[in-house]
Amino acid sequence: MYRYDEFDHGFVKARVAEFTDQVERRLSGDLSEDEFKPLRLMNGVYLQLHAYMLRIAIPYGTLNSRQLRMLGHIARRYDKGYGHFTTRQNLQFNWPALSDIPAILADLASVEMHAIQTSGNCIRNVTADHFAGAAADEVADPRPYAEILRQWSSVHPEFSYLPRKFKIAVTGAERDRAAIQTHDIGLHLKKDEKGELGFAVYVGGGQGRTPMVAKKIRDFLPERHLLSYATAILRVYNLHGRRDNKYKARIKILVHETGVEEFARQVEAEWDHLRDGELKLPDADIRAIDSYFAPPDLPERPEGDEVVRLGRLDSRSFGEWLDQNVITHKHPDYAAVTISLKGIGEVPGDASAEQMEAVADLAERFAFDEIRVSHEQNLILPHVARADLKAVYDQLVSIGFATPNSNLISDIIACPGLDYCALANARSIIVAQNISKRFASLERQRDIGELKLKISGCINACGHHHVGHIGILGVEKKGAELYQVTLGGSADEHTTVGDIIGRGFGPEEITDAIETVVETYLRVRLDAGEKFLDAYRRVGPAPFKEALYGGEANAA
Amino acid sequence: MKILTANRLTDGEVVWLAKDGSWAESIEPSEIVADKEGEARLEAIGKSAVEQREVVDINLIDIDLVDGKIVPLRLRERIRAAGPTNRTDLGKQASRQGAN
Ligand code: SF4
Repeated sequence: MYRYDEFDHGFVKARVAEFTDQVERRLSGDLSEDEFKPLRLMNGVYLQLHAYMLRIAIPYGTLNSRQLRMLGHIARRYDKGYGHFTTRQNLQFNWPALSDIPAILADLASVEMHAIQTSGNCIRNVTADHFAGAAADEVADPRPYAEILRQWSSVHPEFSYLPRKFKIAVTGAERDRAAIQTHDIGLHLKKDEKGELGFAVYVGGGQGRTPMVAKKIRDFLPERHLLSYATAILRVYNLHGRRDNKYKARIKILVHETGVEEFARQVEAEWDHLRDGELKLPDADIRAIDSYFAPPDLPERPEGDEVVRLGRLDSRSFGEWLDQNVITHKHPDYAAVTISLKGIGEVPGDASAEQMEAVADLAERFAFDEIRVSHEQNLILPHVARADLKAVYDQLVSIGFATPNSNLISDIIACPGLDYCALANARSIIVAQNISKRFASLERQRDIGELKLKISGCINACGHHHVGHIGILGVEKKGAELYQVTLGGSADEHTTVGDIIGRGFGPEEITDAIETVVETYLRVRLDAGEKFLDAYRRVGPAPFKEALYGGEANAA
Repeated sequence: MKILTANRLTDGEVVWLAKDGSWAESIEPSEIVADKEGEARLEAIGKSAVEQREVVDINLIDIDLVDGKIVPLRLRERIRAAGPTNRTDLGKQASRQGAN
């Protein structure tokens, strides 16, 4: 993985020193809260419901075991023993004292981590396919490009005060696991007829109050033009993006209001000035970054087939876990493992210090020291020899991380919601926990099949509800929580925004409503092979409305 | 009826302005006001506490008295006064559990 060079080390160290001084000046009274707030936000420090919150960047979701162990250490020493992995592949601590944050940042810097640009109207942590470098279906690893974008966008003088925050995602496979079409810029790494690497470029996706699917503005951008083209997009946005209205300030609104063709024309015109300038990436530079992401040396382990076969015979639950949480690797003797942070009734994305340390140990022993955070709030071991899968499984069982539910209804994305978040209107976690418990039976979950359920506690949509096959949005109505259901969203290569299905449900009704939706799907599907999303796309909302609201729907 | 809440500057702890003028870590001793004058008085105390670097993010919140106990009207404030509803071992409710 990428290692800091001298410049990176110096930069992060200087930033820690600077923020340490700012915290001291705040505590001694030299800085007022109004002066301090933008400074703390630039360093990932928010004030939430119960305490400060520190959001730590995990670039493209890649961690090594030293880093994960450090996160465990921070959880134990400075927080309340756990952390929360987010839909931006980041980690949040919910209870740090402001006075401890300089020490936390110094600890993070010692393992090449920081909290810079995890807030504010700048280019945020660049996300990528969590199976990057391992997936059998990828054209090339997208992370080198995410790293190039990270270096370019870090404290970029021109793009540190954009009209609004800016999110970029990169995928290296046809099958989009990075939800690129929900991003301000989505990049799909691919090859042209000549075998040259480049990107299909999508712009103007986003969720929040006004969900929009990104539009493709270029079918193929050669890799050497990545930064000049991104700069052109950001310039057009920086110039014309709406600073007068926070709710209209994202690039999706600009693309929508300008029209995609005109927007693309403006980008291309800007790019004409830039394309052959200093932003053009020399091949040697790209390959140098590439080399940091070279796959580990994977020795042949052909005994894996036999070990897996015997393991299956020996343990049914191991077999179920293999079927659900293990995917094919580029190398036939290896596999990529999803570590479910979604145990039945658990908090999606939460991990205790002990669990983080145990996963770090596993990564070190069995997975070439690599861990990924997925935007679906799970952890991934991208390179595990099939021969070691049983050993990994047994360890995961012992820490409660072996629930075989990847992509099933209990693999829920949920934002922190009103239990933690100062912006929330309703709780998310408890809704996720109740649904997970209702569908606890694995047999039932597998019968239902692939179903992505996503919950947000307010319209900011951190829980990606718009693009859930089933989405739940918490709102506040007359002082009470109310949950709106959307159906038919998806965040893959055919991204769609879900349809709001009707009036909302109270906290006591929402689990039943979801069960009704699921039972309706089971009734209308052609056969067990027709997934929820496909069935919904075929039959539309009518049978679901009928089941949820009966005569009420007809009257409305 | 209203009370004044904030977060302590150094550690973010949720606090309420108590009758004795201190910032209490639990809601029970809060000073309750029932008219505009009282509200203005609490706000002035809050603003000065912000200037004195004791607290940040002051807010007057609506409450009810239920069997003599202060209960915030909004769920948000009830959660601040207790802790995350999914983890009773965290937040204010945790120490109360310990005390019982
Ligand atoms: S969606 Fe709303 S409630 Fe949930 S984390 Fe984001 S801002 Fe908070």
